[in-house]
Amino acid sequence: MGVESSEFTENPPKNSPNYEQPTTNCHMKNWYKILSVLLILYTIFWGLMGPVPRLDILNETIRNVYYHVPIWFAMLFMMSVSIWYAIRYLLSSDTVFETKSFNAAKVGFFFSIPGIITGCFWAKYTWGTYWTFQDPKLNGVAIGILIYLAYFILRNSIPDELKRARISAVYNIFAYVMLIVFIMILPRLTDSLHPGNGGNPAFGKYDLDNNMRMVFYPAIIGWILFSCWVFEIKNRIAQLNSILNDQ
Amino acid sequence: MINKLLLFIFLFTSLLVNAQEPPMADGMRAEGKIYVVIAVMATVFVCVAAYLIVIDRKVKKLEEEIKNKKS
Repeated sequence: MGVESSEFTENPPKNSPNYEQPTTNCHMKNWYKILSVLLILYTIFWGLMGPVPRLDILNETIRNVYYHVPIWFAMLFMMSVSIWYAIRYLLSSDTVFETKSFNAAKVGFFFSIPGIITGCFWAKYTWGTYWTFQDPKLNGVAIGILIYLAYFILRNSIPDELKRARISAVYNIFAYVMLIVFIMILPRLTDSLHPGNGGNPAFGKYDLDNNMRMVFYPAIIGWILFSCWVFEIKNRIAQLNSILNDQ
Repeated sequence: MINKLLLFIFLFTSLLVNAQEPPMADGMRAEGKIYVVIAVMATVFVCVAAYLIVIDRKVKKLEEEIKNKKS
């Protein structure tokens, strides 16, 4: 290790894949983690204490809007991050982006599990069943999750690094398009039990009053920031792994 | 006459039924037991967040270790 190499590690070009973000000013970097925890704690308190409209069938379960829906928003956000990095990889051929894309898909997949389970409970007490094949959104999201499961299997089954990155990035774009079709487009074309789909009034139209908005929007921001936090940790671990593999 | 009376009674009772508000957990709020639920949920979430902070710090430690090894 000479003077030149240490100088090189200190100041690598910013656009190089080996460029490490400076870790010294971490207090400025961690603001969104603190914000996410505060926002979610606020929604836990005010989500249960705040006033909600009195509606038949829904009754108190309308408060699930604060916990079940933001989880899905976080999942959808992470899948969007995933396709964003997949496209960036295909444009730049920098495998760091592809690893990030994979990590984002993993975090999104993780968030879909509590989303499905909470949805099942809510469905049991409002629609009378844990799972129904009459709701296209339920089945659409199940298919979407299976498509991402296939993405993980596909990615792990290709030993060659460059080939793996390219094929999984292309498949990732396909998976995202299918997910959007299955959970955003198809439920709006046919009859759905979910609000806002198939002619049903959306929550924003009748049920979601201004009191609920004060909790619902912070909950969405809080859970999206929380998913970003998990995503960041996963990326840092992946970076450590790649450094260890290079040695 | 009786028919009209029956109709009136029917309309009146249906009005009463409609006026009844959907049941909510007002009792739980009045007793203050809702705070127990809030405390449990908040505790669970704080534990998850604290665990994430611990992991975050461990990763940071490893990053610094590798950085020191490199230089």
